[in-house]
Amino acid sequence: MNGHAFTFAGHSLTALPSGALYWADERLLCVSDLHLGKSDRIARREGRLLPPYETRATLDRLASDITATGPKTVICLGDSFDDLAAAEAMEESARDDLARLMAGRHWVWIEGNHDPGPVDLGGTHRADLTLQDITFRHIANPGKTHEVSGHYHPKARITARGRSLSRRCVLVDGARIILPAYGTYTGGLYCDRPELSALMQDPARAILLPGPDRAPLPIPMPR
Amino acid sequence: MTLHDPAMSPDLPPAVEGWFTARGWSVHPHQRQMLELARAPCQLLIAPTGGGKTMAGFLPTLRELADGTHEGLHTLYVSPLKALAADIKRNLTAPVEEMGLPIRIEDRTGDTSSHTKRRQRADPPHILLTTPESLALLISYPDAGRMFAGLERVIVDEVHALAESKRGDQLMLALARLSKLAPGLRRVGLSATVEDPAAIARILARNPDPCTILEADPGPDPDIGMLVTEEPPPWSGGGGKYAIPAVLEEVKKHKTTLIFHNTRAQAELFFHHLWLINEDQLPIGIHHGALAREQREKVEAAMVAGELKAIVCTGSLDLGIDWGDVDLVIQVGAPKNVKRLVQRIGRANHRYNAPSKALIVPANRFELIECTAALDAVRARTLDGDTDHAGPLDVLCQHILICACAGPFAADDLFAEIRSAGAYTDLDRATFDRCLDFCATGGYALRAYDQWQRLIRRPDGMWTLRDPRRATRIRMNIGTIVDADKMAVRYQKTRGGTPLGEVEEYFASMLRKGDTFLIGGKIVRYEGMRDMVVEVSRTPYLKPKIATFMGTKFATSTQLSDRILAMFRQDDWPNLPAHTRDWLHLQRRVSRLPERDRLLVESFPHDGREHVVAYGFAGRNAQQTLGLLITKRMEEMGLNPMGFVSTDYATLIWGLDPPGDPTLLFSRDNLIEVMEDWLADNAVMKRTFKASAIIAGLIDRAMPGAARKTGRQATFSTDILYDTLRKYDPDHVMLDITRQEAMRGLVDFGRIEEMLDRVGDRIDHMRLTRVTPLAAPLFLEPGRIPIAGLADQRLMEEEATRLLLTAGLVK
Repeated sequence: MNGHAFTFAGHSLTALPSGALYWADERLLCVSDLHLGKSDRIARREGRLLPPYETRATLDRLASDITATGPKTVICLGDSFDDLAAAEAMEESARDDLARLMAGRHWVWIEGNHDPGPVDLGGTHRADLTLQDITFRHIANPGKTHEVSGHYHPKARITARGRSLSRRCVLVDGARIILPAYGTYTGGLYCDRPELSALMQDPARAILLPGPDRAPLPIPMPR
Repeated sequence: MTLHDPAMSPDLPPAVEGWFTARGWSVHPHQRQMLELARAPCQLLIAPTGGGKTMAGFLPTLRELADGTHEGLHTLYVSPLKALAADIKRNLTAPVEEMGLPIRIEDRTGDTSSHTKRRQRADPPHILLTTPESLALLISYPDAGRMFAGLERVIVDEVHALAESKRGDQLMLALARLSKLAPGLRRVGLSATVEDPAAIARILARNPDPCTILEADPGPDPDIGMLVTEEPPPWSGGGGKYAIPAVLEEVKKHKTTLIFHNTRAQAELFFHHLWLINEDQLPIGIHHGALAREQREKVEAAMVAGELKAIVCTGSLDLGIDWGDVDLVIQVGAPKNVKRLVQRIGRANHRYNAPSKALIVPANRFELIECTAALDAVRARTLDGDTDHAGPLDVLCQHILICACAGPFAADDLFAEIRSAGAYTDLDRATFDRCLDFCATGGYALRAYDQWQRLIRRPDGMWTLRDPRRATRIRMNIGTIVDADKMAVRYQKTRGGTPLGEVEEYFASMLRKGDTFLIGGKIVRYEGMRDMVVEVSRTPYLKPKIATFMGTKFATSTQLSDRILAMFRQDDWPNLPAHTRDWLHLQRRVSRLPERDRLLVESFPHDGREHVVAYGFAGRNAQQTLGLLITKRMEEMGLNPMGFVSTDYATLIWGLDPPGDPTLLFSRDNLIEVMEDWLADNAVMKRTFKASAIIAGLIDRAMPGAARKTGRQATFSTDILYDTLRKYDPDHVMLDITRQEAMRGLVDFGRIEEMLDRVGDRIDHMRLTRVTPLAAPLFLEPGRIPIAGLADQRLMEEEATRLLLTAGLVK
């Protein structure tokens, strides 16, 4: 597996090329901002009929991460559904796929701003979750440390030989980890924006995710 | 003439006739003919600029409206430019008032206030002047039937410019709709000189109506030549900088000069260098489409007021706006297309029956040959004609949505109506149904949107918008021009924030603080980006660090390429300057000259690398595609290509190994196979997909400033949609549309195929020991494309071994 291993709060963690975070000692896989059902919500609210395959694409990716890591626990760090109606509207085959992924493991839905209520898909629903000394929540809390969050969809831009390349990234400093959006139809927020700059203390790193099966590349977080 | 209606005499009402007489003018013969044939369902008038073309179009309308009995809209005038609509309004209103005719004339464009627009729908004028986009919007309203019910005539100006574009396709679909709303509607097309008037007539007329073609006296041959300079043109480059002193001399000798360039970047550079030696401070301005509107309007006003000696410009000045007293046109760089050249020259002269004067400045040695070929073509009056094409499906999808906004429709009726538009005559029902399904449900293999369909089929079989409120959103996306994402450039707020123009987002993304570049003839320093605006400051530097930004690159037309190849067959070239003549003779001696029915491939070592040159003469876009395909093939064959560069006539590839037998590389089957693989995952395809997806209504046009200010990408890249579709729904109609569009657009594979078919197995491989004369300029060509492949790896390994040896670490 082409992950980037790093130490956070004394624990050994791995950033996967897909944007998932793996904690080997706990056999825990964490993904954030799946935004399942986005195309359904866009069709409902805006009348645009985008290719309705993003739920399938996102679950396919999640399935291959789960196959590769064999986790005991899976945490979906909030905004797992684009809204609660999208969760309800999920087609039967996607529900089956999800049920297969959840079978035999501890599955936690952390609530996000897009999906504040429980869904009828099984698993545990929580506002946040603390394991050992690490807390998993949707939105970073500036007053806290030892936390893993999502919400901001961080991405970073680098310029190499006159080419500007922009990729999703995992942000890491001494106090927190911010995961990128895992969902297929998601955009991002450049990490040099004030919202993210204010949250991260130097020496913060941005672990760039170049693409599927490509090893993540840590760089100093662009500000 | 069978269509001559004896009831319609060529006579004009006394008020109109008197107006002509009072000015000592007479009605031109072609204007009389237009009057005689005014009852024909479709007329196409081909006339040179300044030939009273517009008046010829309007005279029948004036005659029919003179008695003041017509109620409501009588004539719709459509032009490609809103500036032209405003111009015609002025030029038509004045005489109509002087004639004392009871005719109301108004224009309607993107600039018209919403209040006026509403009023125009309720109470339309007799003559409405508009653009294709504004017309598309008009037919999308449920009251279109009432507004257009009494419409008698529609005049399409500059139809030659529209005929080749999606804007023209959209317009013709709108006309199909108008013909249904107003049976008996007569169509008139006004065109500059074109090679194949019949092709334009086919697009203009409602199928199967006949179209009469009137060709006015084309006037005297233009006085056109090559600007001779003491210094020969350089071996490469496109700016024509060497000729600036000679150009300045010509500007001094004439009253007003237009100096045309093929790209904005070249216009900017030329303008900059021209001012560096403009010691007399001659008033010379610059005008191109990327400049801020304020900047352009200033130049236009100065031009109309006769305050400028010259304007450095691009195609943004190409269409028939009356610029006053231009007495010389200079074209810098080969015109790439003979028709464009002739039309540009037409700009020089708005006086009928006086020859227009023009000079071409070849930008480099090869262009000298190209310009000679272009001049021969102008003298022979042969123009390029590439107008026939099947109507694009993304435009069709948009039209279906527009019709749905206007009200419920039956699929059979709409299909028949669409097939009456020339470019869509051959549309088959299955394709139409696919497009309708795309508009209604998204057209996906996974039927996910039953609940949210955009169009639904009512029990009575009529199609209608599921939610009528969606019409607003559809209307906001009307139009077929999709620009690359642009960013505004302005001075920093502390320095007044004056807007300067815009650059492509791609270019902006490459800038770093302190970089200097040219815009609007000024060198500016990049300071940063704020709220999606590029902020710059003034700089004392004389030399911009980054010379150019992107602009349209035209490919040389097939006709011009053929003429060049025909020239190569001559034994000698007495009409070329000695330096160029010697160059061609030398090429023939050491290698050979390219021929039309053969493909010349040269290979030679140079500077430690192996080189291959293919002289395909297929135009820049196709040669570029050829470079990508061949290098991909070479990579597969282990030939370690490292990069390539393309011009309109050749592609130069360099790498670590000689090509072996190039017939394998260039075989048709081989290339088509590579093409299929390569196309799928290509940036050109993604760009094409985005444009077509916007036109077809899959995604929204980016509204300026919307959603992006927060920096939060509420939207995501359209590349993701393309990748997802390819993976999960590879047969989707949008992917077919993308492939079709790319093949005839940026990829231009059509011209490669045409070349391969023509050449067959007649590939001449010349293995040489050094660079050939014809290949030499290619080494200086900008725009080299590196291949990130196995060659990199091998170079690194070789270098590592060399370093270890040098250090004595390995024996």
